[in-house]
Amino acid sequence: MKSRKAMVLALTASMAASLAAGCGSSGGGKSASSASNAASTSGSASGSGKVYYLNFKPEADEYWQELAKEYTDETGVKVTVLTAASGEYESTLKSEMAKSEAPTLFQVNGPVGLASWKDYCYDLSGSDIEGQLTDKAYELKDGDKVAGIAYVTEAYGLITNKALLEKAGYSSDDIKSFDDLKKVAEDITARKSELGFSAFTSAGMDSSSDWRFKTHLANLPIYYEYKADGVDDKDELKGTYLQNYRDIWDLYINNSTTDPSQLSTATGDQAESEFVNQEAVFFQNGTWEYDKVKAIGDDNLDFLPIYFGVDDANEGLCMGTENYWCVNSKASEEDIKATLDFMNWCVTSDKGVEAMTSSDKMGFNIPFKSNPESQNTLFKLANANKGTPVSWNFSTMPSEEWKNTLGQALTVYAADQTDGNWDLVKQAFVDNWKTEKELAASAS
Amino acid sequence: MRAIKKYWPIFLIPTMAAFAIGFVIPFILGIYLSFTKFTTVTDAKWVGIKNYATAFKDSTFTHSFWFTAAFAVVTLILINVIAFALAMALTKKRRGTNVFRTVFFMPNLIGGIVLGYIWQLIFSGILVHFNTALNLNAKLGFWGLVILVCWQQIGYMMIIYIAGFQSIPGDVLEAAEIDGANARQTLFKVTIPMMMPSITICTFLTITNGFKLFDQNLALTAGAPMKQTEMMALNIYNTFYGRTGFEGVGQAKAVIFFLLVVAIAALQQKLTRSKEVQQ
Repeated sequence: MKSRKAMVLALTASMAASLAAGCGSSGGGKSASSASNAASTSGSASGSGKVYYLNFKPEADEYWQELAKEYTDETGVKVTVLTAASGEYESTLKSEMAKSEAPTLFQVNGPVGLASWKDYCYDLSGSDIEGQLTDKAYELKDGDKVAGIAYVTEAYGLITNKALLEKAGYSSDDIKSFDDLKKVAEDITARKSELGFSAFTSAGMDSSSDWRFKTHLANLPIYYEYKADGVDDKDELKGTYLQNYRDIWDLYINNSTTDPSQLSTATGDQAESEFVNQEAVFFQNGTWEYDKVKAIGDDNLDFLPIYFGVDDANEGLCMGTENYWCVNSKASEEDIKATLDFMNWCVTSDKGVEAMTSSDKMGFNIPFKSNPESQNTLFKLANANKGTPVSWNFSTMPSEEWKNTLGQALTVYAADQTDGNWDLVKQAFVDNWKTEKELAASAS
Repeated sequence: MRAIKKYWPIFLIPTMAAFAIGFVIPFILGIYLSFTKFTTVTDAKWVGIKNYATAFKDSTFTHSFWFTAAFAVVTLILINVIAFALAMALTKKRRGTNVFRTVFFMPNLIGGIVLGYIWQLIFSGILVHFNTALNLNAKLGFWGLVILVCWQQIGYMMIIYIAGFQSIPGDVLEAAEIDGANARQTLFKVTIPMMMPSITICTFLTITNGFKLFDQNLALTAGAPMKQTEMMALNIYNTFYGRTGFEGVGQAKAVIFFLLVVAIAALQQKLTRSKEVQQ
């Protein structure tokens, strides 16, 4: 009898234990790894703090992990890097921040992202890393507080295949304005069967590609409207430059590899492979695509501004950032200190700079004094461009909902290019901007 | 008996703990959060019923309700009628019924997201000949979703109906035959009343599945065009993640959604339960 009781007890205990283990696995894993880490670096004097970085860029994950390990080996400070899946950053951040072991280093995409995280942002003014910035414009401010610091700058425009352009009888010097671009593109389309390629890659509106148009291309009409009014954000848009937006969108969809009615399911990979496989001359994308498009050869690449028909003589590439590092103000003081040291090390030490900028690794252009000359051809081309850079204003777009609605309106219009359908785009652009801005204001 | 009296906590606590951790606590926390403004669940500020007011003012939410309701009704009827007919055919003593049962059941083993993408390819492949696409037209999107969900769920409901058919005692059917009932009378006066327990389960499952549908919706249309095919679960998801500061509103919508599904399911249970007969 007694032995049976004991067995029952043992069984239930083991059941309960397995349950507890199942629930607490993440915590257990972390403490285990920190223990091993402490063992490997015992003897190092520096810092009791630790760093937990929630990384935004999946393509850079591998290099951040390596860099974290090197830093730990060098200084003994534990660095954990977690990377959110593509498109899952906000939701991952929300759940990670609620944990007791919250990220000490995270990122926001600009003013709109900052609105939801401003209570978590440590004031970076006067920090070492702030001193490393080449330009104060790379600071993200919340009042007087420096809430975030950009750690990478990027540029986008029309990536161009020079060889194909020459085959069609033009060179990139022939394209100096929207009208030139239109003439070249329409000529290529007219001789499409003879030439064997199209002017533009498919303007895919699948979610893997639609950000190129609902966000990046939509930046241009917003940029020019802000510029005309001398502001950097607005509660209501007039949509002054929507006709230009329509003109260039028409050009993209009617001179591409793909029938406009099929764009709703065309993907980003599709556009990329069309460009790499010499099926199209122009590809609207940015410096981050270099790794993919270098397949056509560095000498073959050119990087043209998206001529918008407003101020073509000065049109430059769209340069900016939507990646700001923020330090979690709710972390312990030691952890904040450790995080600031880690950030500073990343952008000043040889190893850190090499990992962040080398084209074999992250390949970033970093806005810090240590930034070497870029090995990214698209970046070189962007820096060589004489035009006025178009700033990235899409961080002021009111919400993801605004972008999504605009994207769907563009898709509907592409399939049936009537004025009525363009009115949908207008509504999504102008009216919905006001609605979404009001909603955002009501929530804050 | 004495042993149970003494040791009941040992048997009960692990399950109760799991139930509390996995269901009760998140549920109560969820209701609480719907009255707050929060970014992470650990720092919530009380705002009262403001979130509910915003949720009810949102016209996309009301649209998604009607769209979802229409969808739930259509799939409820289609899935149950077809699954019932298939079950009836596959309980007749014919060759190969097992093969067909397996074939019809298989789609149910594939995950919703995968199914959504597969069907999107199929639909695109067909619609390209008509120069259109699923996410350009809300009507096409609606019927696309209906086809997908029917294809996925008919097999599952069919299995439940088959079990129901097999439990109908043969003597009742034989008695009906001897009394001279024709096939139609047997179906409506004998088989269906005897099948009511299965019908209760299947209608419950299809109507709640119809309301809760999320992954298929996300993968097939993602609400395109212009939120016209956005169902309630997707609307809640988009509210939660689509706008800064709208987590509380999304949570409030989720609570409304919960109450709605409970009310509808209760009504359905009441209606079908009352028709069940004693065997």
